[in-house]
Amino acid sequence: MQSNNIFTAVNSVCSFGHGKKLVRAVDDVTFHIADEEIVSIVGGSGCGKSVLAKMMLGLHYPSAGTFLYKDKPITDHCVHWREVQAVFQDPFSCFNQFFPIRNQLKAAFGIYKDKPSNKEMEERVDQALLAVNVKPSEVEGKYPFELSGGQMQRMLLARIFVLRPKVLIADEPTSMVDACVRANILDYLMKLKEELKMTIVFITHDIGLAYYVSNRIFIMHKGKIIEQGTPDEVTQSPKSEHTIQLLEDIPEINREWIKA
Amino acid sequence: MAIFEVEKLGLHYLTRFGQKIHAVTDVSFSMDQGEILGIAGESGCGKSTLVNGLMGLFIPPLYPTCGDVRVDGESLMNRTPEDVRQNVLSRKVSMIPQGAFNALNPTRKVKDIAADVMAAHMKGIDKKQIYERLIERFNLFGMDTKRVLNSHPIQLTAGERQRSVIGISTLLNPQMVIADEPTSALDVTTQKVVIKMIFDLLEKGIFSTMIFITHELPLLRHVADNIAIMYAGEIVEKGTAEQVVFDPRHPYTKALMGAMLSAEPGQKQRKPTAIEGAPPNLAKPIEGCRFAERCPSAKPECKQKKQEIRIVGDRQVRCDYAE
Repeated sequence: MQSNNIFTAVNSVCSFGHGKKLVRAVDDVTFHIADEEIVSIVGGSGCGKSVLAKMMLGLHYPSAGTFLYKDKPITDHCVHWREVQAVFQDPFSCFNQFFPIRNQLKAAFGIYKDKPSNKEMEERVDQALLAVNVKPSEVEGKYPFELSGGQMQRMLLARIFVLRPKVLIADEPTSMVDACVRANILDYLMKLKEELKMTIVFITHDIGLAYYVSNRIFIMHKGKIIEQGTPDEVTQSPKSEHTIQLLEDIPEINREWIKA
Repeated sequence: MAIFEVEKLGLHYLTRFGQKIHAVTDVSFSMDQGEILGIAGESGCGKSTLVNGLMGLFIPPLYPTCGDVRVDGESLMNRTPEDVRQNVLSRKVSMIPQGAFNALNPTRKVKDIAADVMAAHMKGIDKKQIYERLIERFNLFGMDTKRVLNSHPIQLTAGERQRSVIGISTLLNPQMVIADEPTSALDVTTQKVVIKMIFDLLEKGIFSTMIFITHELPLLRHVADNIAIMYAGEIVEKGTAEQVVFDPRHPYTKALMGAMLSAEPGQKQRKPTAIEGAPPNLAKPIEGCRFAERCPSAKPECKQKKQEIRIVGDRQVRCDYAE
């Protein structure tokens, strides 16, 4: 039986430690993510959203329940990562400090069995850099420590634009960049989604961002998915108190926030 | 009387090839006692460089080009880093750094890090007094004081860490606090807790004057009294928080506001618009308006003519065509 589900989770649990110190980081979650869907997972820090992202990448295996990618359990990482790629929170820990950025972007092609020609690789790196608002000459011969945090985050995104995977797990990709670059990145993600029919799992603590990008929103709290629905359902008529809390904590310009 | 004055401040980095990169040019503002000034701008616009300049902390390759910074009429320029550390930091001007995790020594407990700051600035104070004062101060923050003080940074949550850093920065009741993106790595709930703590400290009179640096304009609207917008090392607009957020005049501020997201009904149709292009390369001398290349309403003469700050209404705008 072939369904068009990219990820299927049935009563999945991911726990760490044992005995008294057992922590259920992802606790009994059940969901489907369909092909070409953009799903946002929203929650405060420590709610288990990053662990869920790592499960999707095959970096954590479920301790109980089933977790399937295209109806199969995730086994071979190398094959899995040709189709599923990630953007992480902290760009500085994602790049090797000892090699120039550009070489590392090019090295990303190593995951494929047959690499494209050198000229095509160079071209695709150039395109990817332009896509994230960086002139290729700006990073020519530069090392990760020579760039600012915002620029580094853009380099990480450039890597995705180089590889063009089928599924993208974005773990707070915009938490360290400014509003203007954020809008740019979101624009480009939308374009990628339309061109390549990509499925995006967006992990964020900013419900405003989730509202703008996604088809569906999951709200997580203490490892459980406490609410799921379309952006309008979740933001206009939130049912759980944690969702209301998340919505209230955003500094909106038109509403009293802290002085009230 | 202005407590903090910055006059025509210019800062540059000297690369090892002898090239000068003018990260900050022609920044002037003054702040009164009790004022909160927000500085916003995209990454790489010179916000963090400006912070170092405002503390008078010039560690090569950062050098002052021109201008003056004065706290209570006393200039911070032309001092050695040792002198700055001894007499300026923590007492006159204190900084809350961006990444709390990188600011704390991972091999030491929070109380030891804090005790070092006090021991360095107060001659002849003994350990017992230090810890008494620490507990007294940390009790104000609404945290589990004993546990936080006796933990290593890695044992704390991000919010607790950031609050500890703020606590350490303000231990000696500085006249002036510069917060360099204190909340940009935190989630919205923790951000609110940290901002609440800052307001709490302001209310209790631990410090009264603050420069708050961030790239989130909606946040500044709630935190700051006045907002200055920076672009490519210059202040392009300065006014009260309401003026800048609700009625921006400079094309760059308008573009920044257009890039904001919000979860309000009906906003999903409104696309946040990014600003095309990249900021200018500051290593080369720039004639004319720095924003001209990306400005949607640029006129041909903008690229040649240098823009000066002028007063529009009761605010400052660096654009000849702003009304």
